[in-house]
Parts: sequence; structure tokens; C-alpha cells
Amino acid sequence: MNPRAENRGAAIDLDTVSKAYGAFKALDGVSLRIEPGEFMTLLGPSGSGKTTTLNVVAGFTDVTSGQLLVGGKSVVGVPAHKRNIGVVFQHYALFPHMTVGRNVAYPLTLRGIAQDERKKRVARALDMVKMGDFAHRYPSELSGGQQQRVALARAIVFDPPLLLMDEPLGALDKKLREWLQLEIKRIHRELGTTFVYVTHDQEEALVLSDRIAVFNRGRIEQVGTGRQLYDEPATLFVGRFIGDSTVLRGEVKSDGTSTALTIAGETVSAPRRLAGEANPVMLLRPEKLAIRRPGQDAGGTNRLSGTIAEAIYLGSGSKYEVKLGDGSIAIVRSPLAGESFSLGEKIELCFDGADAKLLPDDSTADTTLT
Amino acid sequence: MSALEPTTPSAPQRARWAWRPYALTLPALLLLVTVIGYPLLTIVLRSLSEPQWGLQNYAWFFGAPVNLTVLQRTFTISAWVTVVCVLCAYPYAYLMTAVGPRVRLILVLCVLIPFWVSGVVRTLSWVILLQDSGVINSLLRSAGFDGVRLIRTQTGVVIGMAQVLLPFMILPLYSVMKGIDLRLVQAARSLGARPSRAFFTVYLPLSLPGVYAGAIIVFILALGFYITPALLGGPRSTMLSTLVQTQVLSLLQWGRGGAMGVVLLVATFVLLALAAPVMRSRHREAGRR
Repeated sequence: MNPRAENRGAAIDLDTVSKAYGAFKALDGVSLRIEPGEFMTLLGPSGSGKTTTLNVVAGFTDVTSGQLLVGGKSVVGVPAHKRNIGVVFQHYALFPHMTVGRNVAYPLTLRGIAQDERKKRVARALDMVKMGDFAHRYPSELSGGQQQRVALARAIVFDPPLLLMDEPLGALDKKLREWLQLEIKRIHRELGTTFVYVTHDQEEALVLSDRIAVFNRGRIEQVGTGRQLYDEPATLFVGRFIGDSTVLRGEVKSDGTSTALTIAGETVSAPRRLAGEANPVMLLRPEKLAIRRPGQDAGGTNRLSGTIAEAIYLGSGSKYEVKLGDGSIAIVRSPLAGESFSLGEKIELCFDGADAKLLPDDSTADTTLT
Repeated sequence: MSALEPTTPSAPQRARWAWRPYALTLPALLLLVTVIGYPLLTIVLRSLSEPQWGLQNYAWFFGAPVNLTVLQRTFTISAWVTVVCVLCAYPYAYLMTAVGPRVRLILVLCVLIPFWVSGVVRTLSWVILLQDSGVINSLLRSAGFDGVRLIRTQTGVVIGMAQVLLPFMILPLYSVMKGIDLRLVQAARSLGARPSRAFFTVYLPLSLPGVYAGAIIVFILALGFYITPALLGGPRSTMLSTLVQTQVLSLLQWGRGGAMGVVLLVATFVLLALAAPVMRSRHREAGRR
């Protein structure tokens, strides 16, 4: 998966891993292969099982059933301190009674590494996260972003073949988060270690990952690159979770080659049909939708009438929320150069039927997101 | 000039109000001055002035070997009581942080209920437990062991005092331990520390401020203990407070009693001053979070 890696990373295989707390299934038969050196993000809303998966790999949580291989060897039943896996926590978890230097040296001390070598490796790890000048400070004297960089240094200083990160940037503000994302990406490239990254932030997942596994209700909905998940979502949940989207539901009429939906008296169609019995819905990305004033020449094969419910200026363009005839909301992004529309204006929404994804309806997709 | 000006007090105005927060300490200060400060002053004065002005009471104290033995014993017994309290309180306080709220309430009650029972009653129950024909010795004998002498020994005094003072150790320990982030221990495990190592390198250092706070309270309270050593101890486990009582109430030697009190007070301060640097550095480190 990762041509940059010198294959120093470990592969991970989860084989139908389940974890139950009483009747509640935190993980329900999760299978996932993570390639050596890959940057894999586990993405999902809270309670979807992504953190449980991380805790299972780290050894903080034992599995109820299933198999877990790290580097080809089963680690089921192996305690956390024998797994040699680096973990970075959202809450930093730096030892408050030790200086930055002693924090980073901690895993090396445990491994009985001689002092000279220890000093060298601590310095190297701190340099890698650009915290070389802070070795004598205490964690309480550092900002959140600095603490997390130290925590990262501590998790990589003993060269683990696998690094787990549990929402490491969750407590930081947006600017810092974006900068640290690039730092993490750079460190991943330099180390060649396998990274498993947990987040509920889909943008963060898209920025960082080689591949993303989307979790929902203790299961994996889809695994793929960001582009695959955005362009070809396998389920309505994935389509809704990754990026903005508009979901059209209506009365379905389907023949051999196309599917038509009737929404509040207007009919739109897509040149495709859904296999199986499920009730299809259409999913459209905001940039595939266009807004026109009624009567204007439109382009696109389908049109729906609606009113502008919200207009948001984004700097690089505008985002509109359009209220359709059935009361549902469509999200449209239009470039700055385009016309602008005002609140309450009656407009027509146009799109090409080929751009609409047909997906089986899943009423739980909306409720899980909120 | 501006409309805002009247609301921001000028410098002298601010100075005039600056003492106000300190007024809140007035009731406590009054109480301390009247019930501690004044009697303390009287003791010091009497130790220097009875039967006449001079240092004769101190000369007497340091001139009699038995006094020095008792002083040393007072510190030794207090140190043992402190050690026993730490060892008993540490796991107990940890358990209090680990259980749910309902069990915690029960554990807190177990600590507090002895507080509501008079010290004399508690000490007398220890007499029943510890005496040669008492519960502990009967159990030991029926289990086939020899009986042990507990009553009127230092061991008996230490056991009884530790029981009375245990809450003063548990409560400060608990308040520190409940603030320790257990996820730090998890982090230590992920970095390769086996459970015992994670405890000694992470949890224990972070709990030390609680140990120190409890130890100081227990040690100082133990130094002044009277009832428990008087009832559980024998002539070989007399503590300083018993000697004071003899001098003051039986022999009416107020000056000598005062001198003993002053010696104990000064010795305590010296000991605390010696221990302070260690505790302060530890406290500072652990306080960083």
C-alpha cells in the first residue's frame, strides 16, 4: 500500500473480532487487514466501535471472540506492556511528575537501554516532533499542541512497528490541528511505521489517510481510500458521513436500465438501477448540483424546484441550502464566479442523472449522525 | 473625565479596601489567639518563671535521663504509628477511588464512624481485645499458637493509636488519589511497563503528596497522645504527655510541665523543618499536571 515505507511497519489482521459488554455489542464481527506501513484511519461517530477497535489492538480491552494478528502473530491474551505498540491518547497522558526528557526516556528505561543510547534516541525523537529545546520543561509548562508532540515522541522513541492514535488532535483548535495533521503525515512518511488513527472528523481522515475504515454500530461499513468513499460510497451511511451530501427520497419507478424518483410531483431519473429489493435513494454531492433561476437554460438532465433556505459565504465560494418540494434540504456548493441568490428566492435545482448515486435506503443513517 | 472614571477606584481608594478579604479570617484568628496563642504564651512563661525566673525547669528536663528516654520513645512510637497508618491507609484509600459511589459511601462511613465514638470507649475496647486473656490471644491459642503480650507493650500502644489516627491518613490520601488520572497508568502500560512497574513509577509518585500530608497530621497528633498510651501502655511505653500529666496534676509542677510541652513543640518544628525540603520538591513535581 505504501511505497515509501521500508517495510518497518507491522501488518494487522482483525478477523471477525467481537467485543460485548453484556447485551451491548461494541464490536460486531469486525474484519480488517491493515498493510505494513499503511496509514489507516478508523472513522465513525462516537459509540461506533472505532475506539474499542483501537483498545483491542493496544491490549487495553480483550476480545470476546475473533482473532487478532499483529505482524502475523496472534496477540489475543497478550498484555498491553508486552505488545510493543506505541499509543498516543487524546488526553496526552504525559506523566506530570517527570520532565519532557524523562517522559520520552521512560519506555527506553523500561527496556533497559543504556544511558548514552537513551539520550541519543530521546534527542532524536524530540527533534522529530520539533520539541528538542523543551527536554527540561514539565508537561504543565507546555501548551496542548506541545504536549501532544511530546506524547508522540514518547510513543515513537522505542521504534514500535505500529503506532495507534486515539483522536490525538481532538482537544486542539482548528489551526493547530491542521498544522499537526501535516506534521503527523510527515512523521509517518519518515518512519514507515504502520499508523492506525481514530477520529470522528471526516476531513481529518481525508487529509491523513491511505485508507479509511468507516465504522457504524460496531461494524465496518466500508474500507477504501478517501476518493473511493466519497465517489463510490457503499452505503447511505458512508455517503452521508464523508463530505456533504443531498439525499433524495421519493416514489420509486424502476425499469431495466434506469430508476426514477417522484418527489412532490416532480420526477428525476438516473440511468442505473439498484440490484435487490431495497428501496433506492439518490445521493448527490454538492458540487454536482447547480442552481438556476426558473426558465434559465440549465444543463443537466434533471430539475427540481425549491427555495433558498440558507446562503453561506465560504470565501472560496458559496454554499446554499435549498428546501425542496417535500421539505427536505439539498446542499449546493457554487463557485464564487457564479451568480448569487438570496434567501427565499424560488430557484431550480439541476443535476445530471449520471452523477446521482443509487443507494439502498437506511433510515438509521440519519439518526446515527446526529 | 470619562463617564467610566467613578467606577474604577483610584490608587489610595484601592489600598483602603485591600485589607477587606483578610477580614474573613478574623473569626478564626480570634479563636486561635484565645484558645491556642494565649495558653501557649502562658506555658512558655510559666516554664521560665516557676518557681522562680530562670532555666531551671529545662535544666531539670535535660538533666534527668528518664525524660530524654521518654522524649525519644514518644517520637519512636509516633513514627511507628505513622508507618502503620500509611501501610493500612494506602490500599484502603486506593480502593475508595476504584469502587462505585455506593460502596465508596460505605467505605467512607467505615472511616468516619469511629470518629463518632468517644476515644476512651475505643481505647477500652482495645483493652478487651489486646489483654492477655483477650480476644486476640484466645484466638491465637485456640489456633495452636502461643499467646503474645500486647497489652502494656509498645506494640499495643502503636496498634491502638494507629486505629484512632487512621482516618487522618485515609482522608488526605483519598483526596489526592481521586485526582490521579488512571489513564496515565494505562499509558505507562502501553509504553512497556508491567503493572507493578507502572505503579511504582507513575501512581506512587503521584500519590506521595497525600502520603506526606497524612503522615504529618498523624505524626503530630500522635506526639501529643494521652489517653491511648495511658490505658494501653505500661511503664515502659509511657509517652511525654503522661509525664506532663504527672508533673502538672500530681506534683503540681506547672513549670516543669510547661518546659516539657515547649521541648516537644520545638522538637516537632525542628523535625518538620528537616523533612520540608524533601516533601516540597516532591510536592512541586507531582503538582504539575
